[in-house]
Order: sequence, then structure tokens, then C-alpha cells
Amino acid sequence: MEGRQEAGKESKPSSVSVDLQGDSSLQVEISDAVSERDKVKFTVQTKSCLPHFAQTEFSVVRQHEEFIWLHDAYVENEEYAGLIIPPAPPRPDFEASREKLQKLGEGDSSITREEFAKMKQELEAEYLAIFKKTVAMHEVFLQRLAAHPTLRRDHNFFVFLEYGQDLSVRGKNRKELLGGFLRNIVKSADEALITSMSGLKEVDDFFEHERTFLLEYHSRIRDACLRADRVMHSHKCLADDYIPISAALNSLGTQEVNQLKTSFLKLAELFERLRKLEGRVASDEDLKLSDMLRYYMRDSQAAKDLLYRRLRALADYENANKALDKARTRNREVRTAESHQQLCCQRFESLSDSAKQELMDFKSRRVSSFRKNLIELAELELKHAKASTLLLRNTLVALKGEP
Amino acid sequence: MAAEREPPPLGDAKPTDFEELEDGEDLFTSTVSTLESSPSSPEPASLPAEDVSTNSNGPRPAEVVLDDDREDLFAEATEEVSLDSPEREPILSSEPSPAVTPVTPTTLIAPRIESKSMSAPVIFDRSREEIEEEANGDVFDIEIGVSDPEKVGDGMNAYMAYRVTTKTSLSMFSKSEFSVKRRFSDFLGLHSKLASKYLHVGYIVPPAPEKSIVGMTKVKVGKEDSSSTEFVEKRRAALERYLQRTVKHPTLLQDPDLRQFLESSELPRAVNTQALSGAGILRMVNKAADAVNKMTIKMNESDAWFEEKQQQFENLDQQLRKLHASVEALVCHRKELSANTAAFAKSAAMLGNSEDHTALSRALSQLAEVEEKIDQLHQEQAFADFYMFSELLSDYIRLIAAVKGVFDHRMKCWQKWEDAQITLLKKREIEAKMMVANKPDKIQQAKNEIREWEAKVQQGERDFEQISKTIRKEVGRFEKERVKDFKTVIIKYLESLVQTQQQLIKYWEAFLPEAKAIA
Repeated sequence: MEGRQEAGKESKPSSVSVDLQGDSSLQVEISDAVSERDKVKFTVQTKSCLPHFAQTEFSVVRQHEEFIWLHDAYVENEEYAGLIIPPAPPRPDFEASREKLQKLGEGDSSITREEFAKMKQELEAEYLAIFKKTVAMHEVFLQRLAAHPTLRRDHNFFVFLEYGQDLSVRGKNRKELLGGFLRNIVKSADEALITSMSGLKEVDDFFEHERTFLLEYHSRIRDACLRADRVMHSHKCLADDYIPISAALNSLGTQEVNQLKTSFLKLAELFERLRKLEGRVASDEDLKLSDMLRYYMRDSQAAKDLLYRRLRALADYENANKALDKARTRNREVRTAESHQQLCCQRFESLSDSAKQELMDFKSRRVSSFRKNLIELAELELKHAKASTLLLRNTLVALKGEP
Repeated sequence: MAAEREPPPLGDAKPTDFEELEDGEDLFTSTVSTLESSPSSPEPASLPAEDVSTNSNGPRPAEVVLDDDREDLFAEATEEVSLDSPEREPILSSEPSPAVTPVTPTTLIAPRIESKSMSAPVIFDRSREEIEEEANGDVFDIEIGVSDPEKVGDGMNAYMAYRVTTKTSLSMFSKSEFSVKRRFSDFLGLHSKLASKYLHVGYIVPPAPEKSIVGMTKVKVGKEDSSSTEFVEKRRAALERYLQRTVKHPTLLQDPDLRQFLESSELPRAVNTQALSGAGILRMVNKAADAVNKMTIKMNESDAWFEEKQQQFENLDQQLRKLHASVEALVCHRKELSANTAAFAKSAAMLGNSEDHTALSRALSQLAEVEEKIDQLHQEQAFADFYMFSELLSDYIRLIAAVKGVFDHRMKCWQKWEDAQITLLKKREIEAKMMVANKPDKIQQAKNEIREWEAKVQQGERDFEQISKTIRKEVGRFEKERVKDFKTVIIKYLESLVQTQQQLIKYWEAFLPEAKAIA
């Protein structure tokens, strides 16, 4: 199935607010996207007056794997250890939607042609929504990078934006995936070890608080996100239920010979309109609530990763201290131990400084995003509820007015 | 629904109508005499006092969420339902109740009992013609409520007893307000009696609610969970609708068995209603035999009206079943939505607790509260979906089965007449043969038999015409009733939807400033 994303920001659902700091020296956007059989091709357009680039305006075509490559490059770079790396966009997943379309195609002979057309329309809208979302997620990722004073200067980033050819980054094969999986386990084990290490005291209250906060926050936001998804799903099912109801009422109406004829037909029309409204409620909940929660779940994970790296640096620092003491007592290789300890100390301190800034940014970003989305959610819910009320009232007036 | 089947007000009624009915004869003459002997009431159903408050039946489904706005909505509703003449308003207040069952069980019980008192029968001075012309036929002043389900006994012999309360100003009842305790099998027994008397002469007897072995067993075993309370409530509402439909039928209302059911404190137990009893098995066998017969009867339909109607009801049946299945899915998904919303509300509250930014934390807690309230809303809407919409459909699916049954009886009646004609022909042949063979005593016998069968043919024809006539009237009444029922329920259901939306608006409007307050 083909889908095209039109250029222009208005058509994209901006589900997360990104603090762009109003800096126009580097502007990145996904101006177009094409969905082919099993992959999506994003057209990444850059506008920049930075001397780095050969042109002021240029675009390249990138696939999901290349975004992941870029993300991993940042994560593995020691220089950025003190920063929150924007979470990688999720893989475009049209599986569920495709399956449903296929099932519909296989056909259930008991549904009428109109019902079939409506269901197909619904599924196509769903597919389009997923498509738009994946574009938005990929775009936000790039835009955050472009907005960050340090991250935007990364060489890999420039390559990603400018290099006209394919980056030859294939998707991770099984071994690499497994490797990544193991790395995560090692990381959490390491973290557990570090934190239980005696003598490793958190010197800074700020970080102590952040750690406890983030741990709890992350798990709770993950919960909330899952449950918001389920609510959205139920809402969608409800909206879909109106399709056969409307169809049955239509049949009833056409068959009736008495006054119920108009009643049934009006009711059928009502349910059809209600269906659309319910569908919109569901998709708005998805965008404003589920998606936002999901994004901050990932972002809070990125923040946790930062804390881990800092903790690692702290452990290294502690170890260097111990090594220095040992060297001093033995009076051997004191210099090396000293310089190593100095290095560790510097690294730890610079990491701590940038981490503090990053975490505060994270908080303000989070608060403003929640605020924006919750306001929009409430406004949209109100809009839909008012529209539904009007619709229902009109139908009631029409029904009561009949003999 | 009176209309054509006018309950004979005075002696100048048409007693001939009644005499033609085989079993019903005694029944009706006794009723007529009762009427004649009570000069105070020109009609058997004296019209109630105008002080009947129109609101009493309306708000019940809505009493769950009381709001001043509601009064307006429901005043409109009853007003509209009263169709034409303003005189009708008081009477019609008893109308909305039949197909509509209130949303929440608990609020139902209290208001129902204390509603309008009909103890002051003010008689409207109406001529019989006016009554005949009444398109609506709400001449009957009788209100039935089924309430207070109570478990009696223990273990597998336990049963639920329901209170059946009648409020009426009809003179055929000894009191104007009374109540009795009945169990489910009593209702089934009543239906069985009425069916055996009236179905085969063409009256559409409303079917009783269905048995449910699984549901009942859970109740007996004593599971006090929500599913068994739901089951009991579902049954209670169904029994109430059943009785309301039955008493609305002008002919059935006159039946002494019905009166006994409503009035007498002790009722002989209807054992024949048990599924596995001898009578039960006999019923099953008969049903099977009927099905076979139906296939073999080829009736020469002289009246296109019947064929048309049968086809109509067949189509209606199919469509209603489809709609019913879809509505059941709706109910199910709405319940799911409610559960998921509740779960989300909890996790939003937890998230709010974790959040260290004070204003955002507060907003999240508020969001959690809003979602919790919305969950309640969804639950109530699911009730409305079910009790108003879904149950109406399933009631009518069963009613249409009764209608189809009545058409089948007409076919059987025709068959009987046809058979009598064939036998008469045979007897005439025998007579002719005997004449030729010159056997005087056999001739006499043949002549006797011919006379006997001529009478049977005549009777058969009369029966057939009678049942056809009755069915025509019944179908007319049924259709009018159906239109009213559906319209009333549709309006009530839509109003419940409006209510839900209005509540949503309220909740989100309250939340919006909280969200904006996040600094």
C-alpha cells in the first residue's frame, strides 16, 4: 500500500512539543515520505546557513535503519555521555493494520456493500494515521538533535543530513540484536552493582532525588501509556460497532411501511455520524495522550541512561581515588595514578554539570509538553462532546416532531 | 392497546363477538355482567385522574444523575409521547414504562412504588365512539411493577420471589392498589394458561421471559457477585415488561387467570413449566410436530393481506436479529471501555503522585479524577444500551415469534376446515353408494353423518373467518403498539446519550482550567 506524506507542517500531527529555541541556523524537517511494501522512505530536508554544508538547502532520502544508526552513534560517543540522547524513533509498524485490511478483503459475506466500504475506509484512515505518526516521530528525533547546541555539531549528523548516497547501514541482524539485548542486561547488572557498592555515596542531593524520581516515574509512565493505549483501542472498537448498527437500522427503515420508517432511517444516519465523532475522540486520545506518554516514557529512559553513565563515571572516579591511595602507600606509579584520577574527576564533574542542565531541561520540556497536550486534549474532547450533543439533539427534535 | 378491540362498555356491546369464541365464552359473559352491574364506570377502564404527574415515569432512567436540566428533557418526552389530544396526557403517563426499564436497579425500586396514586378514579364522560376512534387506545388504567427480588430457601431448592404490585382504578379488581409475591415459574404458568386459551384463536399473547438454567443456578448456589445481581435485575425488568405488555392487551386483561395472578395471595404452583417435566417434554414434542406440519400444509391463500404480513414479519425478524447482535457487541465494548478507563485513571493518579512538578502533579491527579468519573459514565451508558435498546430488540424478536405462531394457527384452522370439507365429500359419496345399494339403515346413518359434517364444515368456516378477523385486528394493534414502543424507547435512549455527552462536557470544562494552570 502506498502512502504519501504531503510537505508542510500543518498536516503533521505535532504530538510532542519540541523546544526549538528559535534558532534558525539549522532547520530540519521531513518534507515527504513514501510507504512501500515493507519500508518507509523519508525525505529529510535541511535548510542551513552554517558554513559546514555545501548548499543552503538540500535533501536526502533516509530509511528507518539509518535513523537508528545515527542514534546509536550518539549513544556510543563518549563526548555525549553527559547529555540526554533523544530517544530513537520507533520502527514503522503497519503489520496490525495490514492484517486487518487483509482480513476484511477475505470477506465476510454477511456484511453489506456499504458496511464493507465503511470498514475499508476506517482501516485506510487507521493506516494513514499510523503513517503520519511515524513520520512525526522521525521528524521530532531529528529536530531535537538540530536544536541541541552540542548534538547538532556532530559529524555523523552532518553526514546523515547531507550525504546523498545510501549510508549502507543495514538493519541489525540477529547477532547484533542479541548483542544489543545482552548489552542492556550488562548495563542494568552493572548499575545494580555500582549502586550497591559500598563507599559510593551520592554527593549531590539533586542527583539523589532525580534518581529516585526517574525510576518511579519511568515505570509509572510506562503503565499509564499502556493503559491509555487500551482505552484508545476500546474507543475504536466502540466506534466500529456503530457501522453494523447503522446498516441494520437502514435495512429496517427501508423495509418498514409505517411511521417507524423515518425514525429508523434518521437513527441510522445518526449512528453513522456518531461513529465518525467517536473515531475522532479515539484518535485524539491517541495523539494527545498515548503518544505523549509514550514519548516521555522513552525520554525518561534516556534520562535514566544519562544518570547511569554519570554513576559509572562516579564509580570510575572512586576507583581512581582508591588506586591513587594505593599507589601513594606503595609509592609506585603515583604520577600515572594521579593523572588518571584527575582525568576521572574532571570527567565526572563535567558530566555532572551537563547532566544537571540536561535534567532540568528535561523537566521543563516535559512540563510544557504535558501542559500543551492536556489542554489540547480537553479542548478536543469538549469540541467532540458538543458536536455529539448537537447531533443528538437535532435528531431528537426531528423524531419527536413526527406524528 | 384498545382501539378496535374495544372492551364493551355497557350492555349494548356486541356480545356476539364473545360467543363465537369457544373457550372464552364464559369468561367474557361474566365480564360483561360485571360491567353491567357496576353503573359507576361506563368503561371497564376508567380514565385516571388528571393529577397523574407526567414526570413520574419519565425521569426514572435518568434519576441516576439528577440535574435540573433533566426536568425539561423529560417534560418534553412525555408531552411528545402523548401524541394527539391533550386529554390524553394523564393516561399516557403509564405508557412510557412498558418497554423502558430504568438504568439503575436501585433507584428504580423506590420511586416506582410511591408514584401517582390512582385511587381517585375520575371518570371521563366519553362516548363509545370516541373510544373506538382512539388511535392510541390508552383506555386502561393499570400499572404494574415488579420489584424487590428476594431469595427464598437454600441450595438447589431456592428460588427468587418477586413482588408484583398493581395500581389500578379498574373496577374488576377488588382493590385499587395491591401486591403479591410471585416466583418465576408462576409467570411461566400464567403465560402457559393464557397461551392455551388465546393463541389458537388468533390473539397475540406476549411471550414470557426465557428460562436460564445457568443464571438461576448461580443465584441458587448463592454467589453474591455482580453477575448474579445483574442476572436478577435483568430478569426482574423482563418480568415487569412482560406483565405490562400482557395487561395492555384488552382481551387478556379480562382474563380471570390474569386477575388471579395479580390479586390472590396464594397461587397453585405451576409445575408444568419445568423444562424436564412431563408437560415440558410434551411441549417439545408438540413443537416438533408443529414444525413438520407447517411444512406440509399448503394453504390456498385467498387473502393477500396475510401473505404480505407474514413476509413482512419474516423480514422484520431477520433485521431485528441482526441489529440485536450488533447492539450486544456495543454493550460489550462499552463495558470494556469502562474497565479500561478505570485502569487508566488509576495509573494516571499514580503518575501524578510521582510527578515532582507541583502544578503538573495536580493536573494529573485531576485528570485521574475526570477519567474515573468518565468510567462511571460509560458504565451507566452501557446499562442504558442494554436495558433500553438491547432488551427492546430481544423482546420484539420473541413477540414476533408469537405473531408467527398465530399465523400458523390460522393455517391449522384452515387445514381443519379443509379436512372437514373433504370428509363431508366422502360422506356424501358413501350416501350415494348406499342409495344405489339400497340399504335403508345405512342410508340413515350416512345422512346423519352428512349432517354432522355439514355442521363441522360450517363451524370450520366460521372459525377460520373468526381467526382471520381476530388476527387482522391483533396485527393492527400490535403494529401500533410496536411503533409507539420503538419511538418511545428510541427517544429515551437518545436522551441517555445526550445525558452522557453533557456530563462529559461538564467534566472536561472543569478540567481545562487545571490544565491551563500548569506553569
